Formats: sequence, C-alpha cells, structure tokens
Amino acid sequence: MSNTLTISSAHEKLRSKKISAVELVQSCIDRIESVDKDINAVVYKNFDAALQQAKKCDEEGVFDHPLTGIPYLTKDVFCEEGVPTTACSNMLRDKDYTPPFHSTTTKRLTDLGAISLGKANTDEFTMGASTETSCYGVTKNPWNLECVAGGSSGGPAAAVAADECLFALGTDTGGSIRQPASFCNCTGLRTTYGRTSRYGVMSMASSLDTIGPLAKNTEDLAIILEAIAGKDPKDGTSGNTPVPKYTDALTGNLKGMTIGLPKEYFIEGIEKDVEEGIRASVKVLEELGATIKEISLPHTQYAASTYYILCPSEVSSNMARYDGIRFGHTTEGINNLNDYYTAVRSEGFGAEVKRRILIGTYALSAGYFDAYYRKAQKVRTLITKDFEDAFASVDAIISPVGPNVSFKIGAHEGDPLAMYLEDVFTIPQVMAGIPALSVPCGFDSNNMPIGLQIMGPQWGEEVVLKVGDAYEKATQWNEKKPNL
Amino acid sequence: MAKLEPKDVRHIAKLARLSLSEEEVEKFSTELTSILDYLDNLQELDTDGVEPTAQVTGQHNSFREDALLPDEKIDPDALLECSPLPITEHQIQTPSAHGSS
Repeated sequence: MSNTLTISSAHEKLRSKKISAVELVQSCIDRIESVDKDINAVVYKNFDAALQQAKKCDEEGVFDHPLTGIPYLTKDVFCEEGVPTTACSNMLRDKDYTPPFHSTTTKRLTDLGAISLGKANTDEFTMGASTETSCYGVTKNPWNLECVAGGSSGGPAAAVAADECLFALGTDTGGSIRQPASFCNCTGLRTTYGRTSRYGVMSMASSLDTIGPLAKNTEDLAIILEAIAGKDPKDGTSGNTPVPKYTDALTGNLKGMTIGLPKEYFIEGIEKDVEEGIRASVKVLEELGATIKEISLPHTQYAASTYYILCPSEVSSNMARYDGIRFGHTTEGINNLNDYYTAVRSEGFGAEVKRRILIGTYALSAGYFDAYYRKAQKVRTLITKDFEDAFASVDAIISPVGPNVSFKIGAHEGDPLAMYLEDVFTIPQVMAGIPALSVPCGFDSNNMPIGLQIMGPQWGEEVVLKVGDAYEKATQWNEKKPNL
Repeated sequence: MAKLEPKDVRHIAKLARLSLSEEEVEKFSTELTSILDYLDNLQELDTDGVEPTAQVTGQHNSFREDALLPDEKIDPDALLECSPLPITEHQIQTPSAHGSS
C-alpha cells in the first residue's frame, strides 16, 4: 500500500531501503488497475517503461533527491519523449501524437529520477471545468462517482485523491488545477505566471497558462516546485527571479502574518456549507497566530468576463496550428489546401474548442477589437491593481476555491455559460499572474470536499505554501480518503 | 447588446477554417449571443486612461542566441514522422493550395 504515501514519507522509506522503487511503482499500477475503470483518470498507461525506470533506480540505489523513484502522472498536455500525448482531443488521438521531445518540466523530473506512469485525463485542450469535454469521457469524482472530478485537470486531481500516484502535474489557466483539487480533496498549486516553464506543454491561452503540481499535502507541493521552477531558455516568458528553498518556508507558525478576507468572494449564490467551511478556516488561521483583515477587491465581479474574452482570443490564435499538416488528424480525398484545413479542424475539434475559437475570432475581428479585446486588457490592469493595493497591507489572501462543491455529471449540459461561471473565484488571480493554492478545508453535508484558496503576491509561493502547510497540519482535512 | 445572427456565425467560422452544420450554426448563434450578453458587463466600467495589460511578467524583449541549445538537438526526421501526410524528400506533401474545391 505504498501508493498511499506522501512524497516525503516515500522518500524516507526508499532511502532507508524499507521499500524499493519497483514496489512503489507497482503499488500505483495495481491501484490504477483496480480503481481506475470506475474513475477514468488515466488515459495512457506507460507502465512497462515506468517499471524499467524503477528497476534502474533500485540498481543504482541512490535516493538522495526526494523525487528519485517517485511515481507520478502528467496531464495529457505535457509532451514526453516517445509517449503519446493527445490533449484528450480527437485532433491528436486519431494518429496518436508521439512527441520526439520532452517538456522542460518532465525533462527536469526525469533527470531527477521521478517516474512517469502515463497520462491523466483533461478537458479537450484544457478547455472546461469538468473533464466532460475529453475525447476519453469524463473523470469521475472518487468521493461520488456520479459527480465530476472538476477540470480541466480532473484526471490528475482524481488520481492523486484515489492514491493512483504520489503526485501529478497539471496546468492552470483559469482555475484548472485549483478547482479539481478542491473537488477531490487534494492540494494543488497555481504558480506565478512565468515561475515554471511552459515549454513542451500544449498551449491554450499563452498569457495566462501556468503549470503546477497536485499532491497529497503542501509539503510535497513545495518539494516538486523546487525541482521544476526557474528560468528556462526555451520559454522566453519564464522569469529570472531566484528559486527559494520552498520547504524552508514551512514553519507551521503564522504569528505576525496578516491575511486578507475579500468581501467580494462571499456573494449571493455561494453554497452555505462552502461559506461555513471558509469561515471555520478563518478561526483556525487566527489560532495559528494570523491576523485576519477584511479587504476589498472591487473588480472581482468583472474577472470572468475579462477572462472569457482574453482566453478565447488567445485560443483562436493557438488552435490555428492544428491544421492536419505537421501532426494530428487527417482526412482523405480533398485536393484543395483550404478545404483540407477546414475539414480536418471541423472533424478534429470538439464543441467547446469550436465555441472558444468562434468567440475569440469574433472578439479579435475588425470592428470589435476595441470593444472586446482592448477593453478586457484594460480591465485586466484594474484587476491586477486590486491585488497590488491589497498586498500593500496583507501578506496573503484567502477565499473559497469555488462557490460550490463538485456537481453532478451532465449538470451544465447545454449551458456553457454556467460552466464558465464555475471559475469565478479562480480567475482574478490569473489576470494578475499571482500564485494561489487550493487546500482541503472540510466537507459539505453530502460528504463532498471543500477547498480553501490561499493567494500570495507575484513570486510569493513561499507565503502561500507556508499558510497552506500550517493550516493543513492543524486540520488534517487532506488526510481524509474516499471509500473506493 | 450584441446578437450573433446565424450569418455572423457562418462568417466567423469561415475565418477560423471551421465548417459548421446548420444545427451547429443555430446552436452557436444562441449560445454565443448569451455569452456575449454576459461579457457586456465590462462596458459599465470607465477605462479611459487605463493602460491595457498584455502580459504580467514585467519582462520586455527576451533575447537568446539564434542557435540550438545543447539538449535541443531533435532529429528533423523524427518531427516529420509526426505528420499524418506523406513525406517526400524530407518534406510534407500537402494538398495543393491551388487545387480544385
């Protein structure tokens, strides 16, 4: 049962030779084989290669780095050399796209001896909040198989929560790590934009996309972030800010800290149990020594609109590369190039991808650019300034991850706007490019997990990890496991 | 309030190289109109004099040598192998840009 371990505890056992890397990898494989037919978190199994790599780790017998020999899953948008990577889209599934190169993140993890078990489910090209747009079907929530695991990183979140791996990599553009983490009772970190390299990760909205870890506790997130953060010459938008030793920030003591509670996140329509869960968390943080201060982030209500202009605009541009020439789906019997593009794209993309391409193409088209795209870019400035003003007087900000817990599969069918509004509390941070963490903070009356969001200033991952770790050690909500 | 008529949907679909069935055109016309209606709340905000934000890194031009990095040496044939189209003399053979529709 070593699959239930955290990274830090597995590392101790590997180093003291109480378990082998092969045993650890095999325990995750066994778990996937026994529970994943119900959950559908894993879309590509790379088990033979994983076992081979584990054997090599054991033979070398050096477990100095905490990630050596640790098995993980990546969301199906991270390129791994020789491993099919499809963005859970028929566009790339048709002729399984097998990249001949690694993303910077999977390269760094592989070089440290971490072991990839395969690919985890996502909404198609990460567009969605439930994994219902995946061409492999929805990932079910380990806490209630009739509910969604969230999205778009629903596969990674469900797999971590169900102990199918020790950690997973996800991407967060509008909440895609934090919301599924909160739905499944695991921890997930959206990093500062530019803190982690985007090289080799399929893009959705390039000015908003970030990559980050999902794990069983905050300490593990700190370990992973230390390994994957930092400047990458292959990603011109990655930042030069030095990478601190994040684990050193986890003191468990919040004395002297001021934490902001923004009133705009307690709106009408928020689920009662979610609000109560957050209010109870406030008390815990006070007991840990923090001072709670009510603050205002006045442009919060405009964030979703801003996002659903900027994101589809960037989507319409990024998706242009899928034209059936260099990779992906193809179609027979068409002699004209323009017709070929149109046929390939119409057959390969699902409805949500088409919807966002259409919105973006409209927003960027002649006559509408100023009213939509330019306007949204200006509001983005105002939202960013909200956070700058707030962080002048607080060290961190807390809120619910979302207004509700996980919802029933199909609940938003035929209502794309309702699905978009799942992200209302996870979008403002994206506009400002700041880091935000989701940690488990209790359960609603139906025993579905609730998530606490902890935001920090730009490059302030140390602060959010410190608060998350202290909260988690005091409450241990993250240690609750679903019955499978 | 913007309303996206079916003819507008057909036009933007053409710009985006998507062909839509009549049912899709109808569906997207209704859905996109309601989404655009929601997005209209931005118009209540006075943004005169506010600078637009294109990115938040604080970086400006980011230059590097125009040369392969040591770990970037990918075999061009391995990249060509990803194409679903026939490969002729290390090039992808596509349908003709001047072919008949």
